[in-house]
Amino acid sequence: MPRRWLLASVPVAFFAVLFVYPVTSIIGRGLYSDDGWHLEAVTDVASNPALRRVAWFTLWQAVLSTALTLCVGLPAAYCFARLAFRGKRVLWAALVVPFVLPTVVVASAVLGVVGPRGLLGVELQGTVWAILIAHVLFNYAVVVRTVGAFWANLDPTLEEAARVTGASAWRAFVEVTWPLLRPAVLAAASIVFLFTFTSFGVVLLLGGPGYNTLEVEIYTQTARLLNLDVAAVLALLQFAAVLCMLLIYSRYAHRRGTPLRLRAADESAHRPRGLAQRSLLVANLAFMTLLLGVPLGMLVARSLGGTGGFWAHYLDLGSSRRGSVLFVSPLEAVRNSLVFASAATLVALVIGGLASLAIAGTGASRRGGRWLDVALMVPLGTSAVTVGFGFLIALDSGPLDLRDSIVLIPLAHALVATPFVIRAMVPALRSIDPSLREAASVLGASPGRSWMAVDLPIVSRGLAAATGFAFAVSLGEFGATVFLARPDWPTLPIAIYRFLGQPGPSNFGQAMALSTILMMLTVVAVLAIDRWRVGSAGEF
Amino acid sequence: MNASPTTTPHRPSPRPVRRWCIVPLTFALALVVIACGEPGRNDDASSAGAPNEATEVEQEDVRGTTIRVVTHDSFNVTESVLDAFEAQTGINVELVKGGDAVQIVNQAVLTRENPQGDVLFGIDNNLLTRAYDANLFLPYESSGLDRVPDEFELDPDDRVTPIDRGDVCLNFDRSYFATRPVEVPQTLDDLTKPEYENLLVVENPSTSTPGLAFLLATIDVFGESGWQDYWRRLEANGVTVAEGWEQAYYDLFSGGSGEGEQPLVVSYASSPPVEVTDPATPVDESPTGVIPSSCYRQIEFAGILAGTEHEQAARRFIDFLLSVEFQNDMPGNMFVYPVNQDATLPETFTKYSVVVDDPLLLAPEDVGMNRDTWIEQWTRIFGS
Amino acid sequence: MLEVQDVSVRLGEHLALRDVSLHLDAGDTAALLGPSGCGKTTLLRVIAGLQPSSTGSVRLDGRDLVGVPPHQRRIGMMFQDFALFPHRNVKGNVEFGLRMRGDSAEARGARVAEVLELVGLRGFEDRSVSELSGGEQQRVALARSLAPAPRLLMLDEPLGSLDRTLRDQLVLDLRELFASQRLTVVYVTHDQAEALALADQVTVMDRGRVVQSDPPPVLWSRPATPFVARFLGFTNLVAVGVTAGVVRAGFGVLVDGVDWPDGPATTLIRPGAVRLNETSTLVAHVRSVAFAGDHTNVELTMADGTLLEATVPGPPPPIGGTIGIEITPGGIQLFADDVPAPE
Repeated sequence: MPRRWLLASVPVAFFAVLFVYPVTSIIGRGLYSDDGWHLEAVTDVASNPALRRVAWFTLWQAVLSTALTLCVGLPAAYCFARLAFRGKRVLWAALVVPFVLPTVVVASAVLGVVGPRGLLGVELQGTVWAILIAHVLFNYAVVVRTVGAFWANLDPTLEEAARVTGASAWRAFVEVTWPLLRPAVLAAASIVFLFTFTSFGVVLLLGGPGYNTLEVEIYTQTARLLNLDVAAVLALLQFAAVLCMLLIYSRYAHRRGTPLRLRAADESAHRPRGLAQRSLLVANLAFMTLLLGVPLGMLVARSLGGTGGFWAHYLDLGSSRRGSVLFVSPLEAVRNSLVFASAATLVALVIGGLASLAIAGTGASRRGGRWLDVALMVPLGTSAVTVGFGFLIALDSGPLDLRDSIVLIPLAHALVATPFVIRAMVPALRSIDPSLREAASVLGASPGRSWMAVDLPIVSRGLAAATGFAFAVSLGEFGATVFLARPDWPTLPIAIYRFLGQPGPSNFGQAMALSTILMMLTVVAVLAIDRWRVGSAGEF
Repeated sequence: MNASPTTTPHRPSPRPVRRWCIVPLTFALALVVIACGEPGRNDDASSAGAPNEATEVEQEDVRGTTIRVVTHDSFNVTESVLDAFEAQTGINVELVKGGDAVQIVNQAVLTRENPQGDVLFGIDNNLLTRAYDANLFLPYESSGLDRVPDEFELDPDDRVTPIDRGDVCLNFDRSYFATRPVEVPQTLDDLTKPEYENLLVVENPSTSTPGLAFLLATIDVFGESGWQDYWRRLEANGVTVAEGWEQAYYDLFSGGSGEGEQPLVVSYASSPPVEVTDPATPVDESPTGVIPSSCYRQIEFAGILAGTEHEQAARRFIDFLLSVEFQNDMPGNMFVYPVNQDATLPETFTKYSVVVDDPLLLAPEDVGMNRDTWIEQWTRIFGS
Repeated sequence: MLEVQDVSVRLGEHLALRDVSLHLDAGDTAALLGPSGCGKTTLLRVIAGLQPSSTGSVRLDGRDLVGVPPHQRRIGMMFQDFALFPHRNVKGNVEFGLRMRGDSAEARGARVAEVLELVGLRGFEDRSVSELSGGEQQRVALARSLAPAPRLLMLDEPLGSLDRTLRDQLVLDLRELFASQRLTVVYVTHDQAEALALADQVTVMDRGRVVQSDPPPVLWSRPATPFVARFLGFTNLVAVGVTAGVVRAGFGVLVDGVDWPDGPATTLIRPGAVRLNETSTLVAHVRSVAFAGDHTNVELTMADGTLLEATVPGPPPPIGGTIGIEITPGGIQLFADDVPAPE
């Protein structure tokens, strides 16, 4: 269907230029030089028992992290989807905050709870538990927002029909809700798995030298030791594992696109009824407080007080320290962060939107859609170092001389943010009853018009949830852009790193103050995005 | 007959199609407006300052060029100092930051065909051989080297120019040791004694520059045959390994601004002065101190990247880095010590820190040949 | 068998049900009739246990249902848009209730076949629900609610989304089904024709309140308020004044000798009560005619502009002409004026 290829061409071009080309360049540099292929590294890696252990550890900690996050995230998704409670909107936006903060800051916050002087009195630094806890902290939002948004749109009448026909609440969930929810759960699980599989900062900061993942090894080989051949082999190994997982996932997720009835989200939420629902809500709220509130609260606490007064660190932010050339005024950092994040989000929406349409298209050929879907997810599972270094050597000349251009940053962020958009839009698009589109076209709407009038309002809630993510990912300077130089446009995370790079209580306090500002900014921005509705889709 | 309409769910309504477009469109517009606004210091700098009368032919040549200086995250200089240089020479300076020293050197090696900038600042003595092997730099003997003691000029071919020095030393928390019967350790060997169990934090040499420096210090002290055994003893005595300096200092160290519980950390000789925060209440000592026998010398160099198109301007910049104005400015901004003998140290540095005359130091060639192997061996001791 | 007593339900700001009571004997069909938003679906949900009530009680077979969860009430419910489980085929849907109570696979298979036969869908077991037509989906939904042999069956606008001819046929089918299975049924609809055809007792609701609850013939012959009359399809509701037993409308005297207090009132004139009488002083202008075989439906414009519908026997009078009419006294019903006709 020609229209489908047209839609897919833009995402494919994006993917080819910004991912395939750089990555093949850097991998090629490692394995190929003027005198041919150097594949000895393959045997070196394969015969190295330490590396086998590394690969195995990478795999099982990712599986365990994903399982844990699902366990705690799904009940919370239910609370957000079906129950109405005070502060729900703010909490929904606030879940995203851990994504946004530099890993070193979040790790610091986690250690504040489970570290040496931690609140809970247990010391977990250097254990795998600290890694798992941090993984859950980061990825909780992925599960809750992805699954919760989709769940909120599921027609509650189906559950009621089951209940009236003799199913207890639990059985109604198992028999009716769960099968319909599965696509969204799988989508969330796949993203969490990819993130934890390629986890880097968390493993290093909280696990210490005893724990090594493929990603850490790739970083060490590439950025520290410049052993590009070994790095290339490891990157390919990681890529193969990720591809495997994605193929399995897409096989299962694309098998059935049952048209569902999607209901207005606001319609289906009600105040908790009965003891079971109330205690579930309380338990989840308590958990969220413990997981998110306590560590982040500690951050805020550390930004207050000090020898200069309660707000000293905040006030210090505003004053130029000895006229340093690399002083970043918080306003400038905020502006830059917002500009990059907005640009990246818009790009992700466009690319992701076009890709989703091409993937979820109706009609016989689903195969092409599956491949596109898998392809666009791959950047999430590829080593950030590989991509970043690939940018350095590939995008350095001619029309693709993006290396020094600031345009590269939002584009690189969009590479990571696009899968979120696709994961949110595709299940929702697939669930739309085709008769609705037919009704629209019979009423005179062209395909584009009918898409805007029928599809977009229905998917807009899930889309808003994903957009919030994309925005947060970019705000947090995710992944490959850590390796890109930004001479004139320092962003908030950069500024935070600068303060943390030097000793002194004032520097530390200002870093915490900037982190707090970053957190508030995120909540406000995500709240605004969450409110964005298409049409009178407040009823949706 | 009476008939109320059946409500069809999901009835599409045409009008709001326009309404929802408003928000994203306004936003996009706002973005464009903002993005076209003031970009950063570099544009401002070129419009400020009147050019001086150029007396030398060389200065005339470079007027109006823009050079890019690739440096690590810790580079810092006072705006007025840099402005003065730019005004005087007419050279526009763009700063490009890319991670820590190891990372920027590796990136420079990787992009050798098409370098990211004209000058690289921040390569330290442990990374020199890698730069030499890759023919990263163009040689240049700056006139400013006259005022620099010979001990810092590690390259006879002047491919790199020394700019500053810092020492990586063990820092300790004064209040911890003052309130307990245990003494501050005096040597590296002391650290393996039982009274210092679980008190030490080091950084992973594979990911951290001070971590690597400390590892090299132990190799210098215990030699090729003894250092691994030393580390095994350290590990048995409960040393904590952090990923990087920030985590080691702020999360695990107990002294000064650290929030941790361990009173010994691998940091810099220049860290204690920064912990003296309140100028109003003069104190005799900084809350943290330095153990001199653990200090390993770190010299930072700058070099002109091969492949630059602005070699003359790059040379002027290197001269600037060696100039008294910059060297005086360095301690306050980068917490390092100048190499220029004519430069003066700020008072806090002389009062609250030690200058180590005979620090530990391995020859760059040795480091270059063995560094990766040593790191690998170290990792095996601590890896699971 | 079903006893609903003074049930009120508050949804947010809005009082969805006010002091609603309903009584239903075993084997009877009760229709809940009213415009959308009148609360009839809410009442069903309260009986099913899906919605708690603020006051009042629901008793089934003498037992109070408060605290009994929906899946233990043994009430079958058919939803307005069928709510078929999209991930299961017809058999999977119909046998759902049987699975929940633990029937064996053979028992389930047998019962499913039996119920599908009953609704006229024999052999549909393996079909996918998304491929079915509207009428077929409705029958599957019905079959699903019937399969566990509930003691009470509730249907929420089951024919609402179907076309006219299908509806008419299904009404007859349902009537026969309810009778042959001796089901106790609560049937919600906004269509008075369905209600009158199917029910033993019709309860008319408006804005959360019960307005009238009577068997169909009683409802038809004596609607309690102009609202009910309008809802049943009557259009001849005319404002009149009563003086000394004489009922006078804007266009003339209708009848005299009625026992009604003086003052303004509203009267219902049944179409069949309008007769042609050339000698009558009441003159009407024929606006339109629709010949229907045994009778003709005539639209008349009276002298003061009031429109009346008349059903007259015999051939149609000429359009545009004027005729005399008279009103049979038995075909008039008066309502007190303090009950405002809605709309």
